[in-house]
Amino acid sequence: MTAMPDLSRRGLLKAGGALVVSFSLDAAWPARAQTSATLKTDLGKTVDANEVDGFLAVHPDGSVTVYSGKVDLGTGFRIAVRQMVAEELELPVDRIALIEGDTALTPDQGPTAGSTGIQRGGVQIRQAAATARQALLRLASEALKTPPDALVVENGTIRAKTGGKRVRFGDLIAGKPFALKLDPKAPLKDPAVYAVVGKPLPRPDLPAKLTGRHTYMQDFKLAGMLHGRVVHPPAIGARLDAVDEASISSIPGARVVRIENFLGVVAEDEWAAVRAARELKASWSGGGGLPGSEGLQRAIRESPVQADEALVHRGDAPQVLGAAAKKLSATYYWPPQSHASLGPSCAVADVRAEEATIWTSSQATHKYWPHFAKFLGLPVEKVRLVYLDGAGCYGMNGHEDAAADAAILSRAAGRPVRVQWMREDEHGWDPKGPPQLLELSASLDDGGKIAAWSAEMWIPAATKGLPNIPLLSPAAAGLPQPQGIGTGLISQNADPSYTVPNVRVVAHWLKDTPLRPSNLRSPGKVANTFAVESLVDELAAHAGADPLAFRLQGLDDPRGIEVLKRVGEIMKWEPRNGPSGGGSGADAHARGRGIAYIHYKHAENYIAMGMDVTVDRSSGVVHVERVVCAHDCGLVINPDAVKNQVEGGILQTLSRALFEEAVFDSNRVTSVDWASYPILKFPDVPEVVVELIDRPELPPVGAGEAATAPVAAALANAIFDAVGVRLRQVPMTPERVKQALAHS
Amino acid sequence: MVSYAFHVNGKAQRVESWDPDQPLLYLLRNGLGLHGPKFGCGLGQCGACTVLMDGAAVRSCSLPVSAAQGKSVTTLEGLGTPEKPDRVQAAFIAEQAAQCGYCTNGMVMTAKALLAKTPRPTAAQVKEALADNLCRCGTHTRILHAVLRASQA
Repeated sequence: MTAMPDLSRRGLLKAGGALVVSFSLDAAWPARAQTSATLKTDLGKTVDANEVDGFLAVHPDGSVTVYSGKVDLGTGFRIAVRQMVAEELELPVDRIALIEGDTALTPDQGPTAGSTGIQRGGVQIRQAAATARQALLRLASEALKTPPDALVVENGTIRAKTGGKRVRFGDLIAGKPFALKLDPKAPLKDPAVYAVVGKPLPRPDLPAKLTGRHTYMQDFKLAGMLHGRVVHPPAIGARLDAVDEASISSIPGARVVRIENFLGVVAEDEWAAVRAARELKASWSGGGGLPGSEGLQRAIRESPVQADEALVHRGDAPQVLGAAAKKLSATYYWPPQSHASLGPSCAVADVRAEEATIWTSSQATHKYWPHFAKFLGLPVEKVRLVYLDGAGCYGMNGHEDAAADAAILSRAAGRPVRVQWMREDEHGWDPKGPPQLLELSASLDDGGKIAAWSAEMWIPAATKGLPNIPLLSPAAAGLPQPQGIGTGLISQNADPSYTVPNVRVVAHWLKDTPLRPSNLRSPGKVANTFAVESLVDELAAHAGADPLAFRLQGLDDPRGIEVLKRVGEIMKWEPRNGPSGGGSGADAHARGRGIAYIHYKHAENYIAMGMDVTVDRSSGVVHVERVVCAHDCGLVINPDAVKNQVEGGILQTLSRALFEEAVFDSNRVTSVDWASYPILKFPDVPEVVVELIDRPELPPVGAGEAATAPVAAALANAIFDAVGVRLRQVPMTPERVKQALAHS
Repeated sequence: MVSYAFHVNGKAQRVESWDPDQPLLYLLRNGLGLHGPKFGCGLGQCGACTVLMDGAAVRSCSLPVSAAQGKSVTTLEGLGTPEKPDRVQAAFIAEQAAQCGYCTNGMVMTAKALLAKTPRPTAAQVKEALADNLCRCGTHTRILHAVLRASQA
């Protein structure tokens, strides 16, 4: 081991304003070849989202490259967006290449979050393709001296309807730019004659993924690359007092990088970096002061509120609830949860004096581009973020942090650096889906319909004045970065998806939350729908009504009615007006069925979900046997990819609802592996039946997250049907089930 | 540096490690450029790093390289290629049994070991065999169908 110079921020800044580090290089640190694989940051290609050339290039051989700011996180976007382009351009999908999430090549289409890949990104690219089609028709009209309406576009060529004259795309445009603005009025193909959209085409990346030939982020290497690891503190926010560099002197080539409270190691050999990070002795002080998991609900109630916001105010819910002969009230809690990505986050950075390239699995390369420029002290245009596939993330996980780690280490080491987090880093330090606390009240009218609804939510500030730090390592190193990290649209769907005349929804926006928050699949809606559809079920039981009939009675939207009816049909639902599993306790294994419904964001998907469960009264173990989902997301681009997403959303949320809670003490997260943070395993997996309702005449909405929202409520309602108790807190562990049974 | 010799995907290979306890995974990935096996936890809990050693599914993230000396190791790359996948890989592709796909190495390799011992498993046997292989994207039902499909191929 060779000691590195003190890399305090002051020392670095002294070196010339920007973060410039110089080392006394020894033989183990060869000078970096200027011919390394670093990509150029300026490629001269427009990334303007208003320009057709931002999104599309037609090559001389007639093939097309699509440049997408949205990325495929394992969702099937990669085939679906090709299908959309293929349809408009009349080109086989395998003639279309796709570049994703590269700040030097792709337009900024916003993060791949909120299930907006197809809904916004794909639709924008489709319009670029439709504009390009019109341009190609105009060019062909001139070339063939035939009016555009006498031309046919097919299979990458344009031909005259009669006479046999034809010209290929490649000959018309031959690699030249279109130099055209996106035309919002460029006509789209009639869905009635779709040939490619709506087909379950296989995903092009799977053969390589299944045979070990796909280059994941974790597999990406650069010449001269070092391996790095970060050493996270024993308490959140702790100060680094001292580092004993001699403690890793026996590990070949390992070096310490210390910048204020940022501590990392680099080595030529990955295992050396792993062992060095593990064995490096450092002393820390301060930090911590967290309420701990046990005290979290109380802490949430006592937490300073930044603002109270009335999100929905219709009719006069307080008055109607106050006057109601009987109102039902309940409190629901959803704990902080980890993305728990299966592969720890990984990135490679090549940071040089004048420019930097960072390869990352971030779902938001454009969004975090300015962050990297700021903490590296480089102009944005000299920084390039390039997306590569990683292990699944379901919102912002540790990908961006690992990328920042790699960038800081590369800057310090003067070489490209690859950082992969260890398991305890991922579980311990990824930003968490924040805890949510809801208090709901509702009453019925004389006809047994919901008359009034009140929801109060205690949730961390999501959109303004965010106090949290977005990226860990720049904060630890004392480097500047824009403040704030979003949690997604966490306040939606706290009012039911039914016709209710009096509704009041209030968000108590908390100034902060103990664990750094981020958006985790179906942000907020997953907890809100758990609460809402649980209380709706309680109202049905209170009214002595069948849960399915009660929900149908509250709906006049035919798309909502259809999904609920489909689930009822598939499940062969028998009406019930109270627990059906035998509340008497005679049978140790009680069976139950539950149902839940959502109109996602009151604007997007219509989803109904039914669940069959058994509950073991003695052990408290809940086993889900079957999940049935009817899913309407408008136009379906690729039904198999949508089904895969819906199935995945269901199983992942079952996992969250049954098993998952990020546990922490006063210092840091303690659920840092798969034993302390268990997730769904194969023996727990139910049969999953997904029925898609395709609406080719409607725009496509997202399919990645909405189906997660009704899962926990359908589960809780099925448990109630089985054993007559209501579980109002996630995860629904055997202990909680037993506790609820003991108090019933 | 100590040298270790073993067969990987049918070829005699020699790797060097400064640490006899270095997990086999790092030498496969960094030394031999075999990226099929993935680092998931380093604790033997998730299965992403699974390889076959003398036909048995083992967790290469927690298997010291010294324990591989003289053995025969098969990785995901050793089964088939994108153009010519083996029957388990082909079944996963046919069922589109992946989302991010990071866990699939472990799923395929564990399924290979299962099918070698139990050529016609029931669904319950497949679930049991894969009980310690984790998938975070929720692709379980497709993986289950893929293994059953492979058993009938």
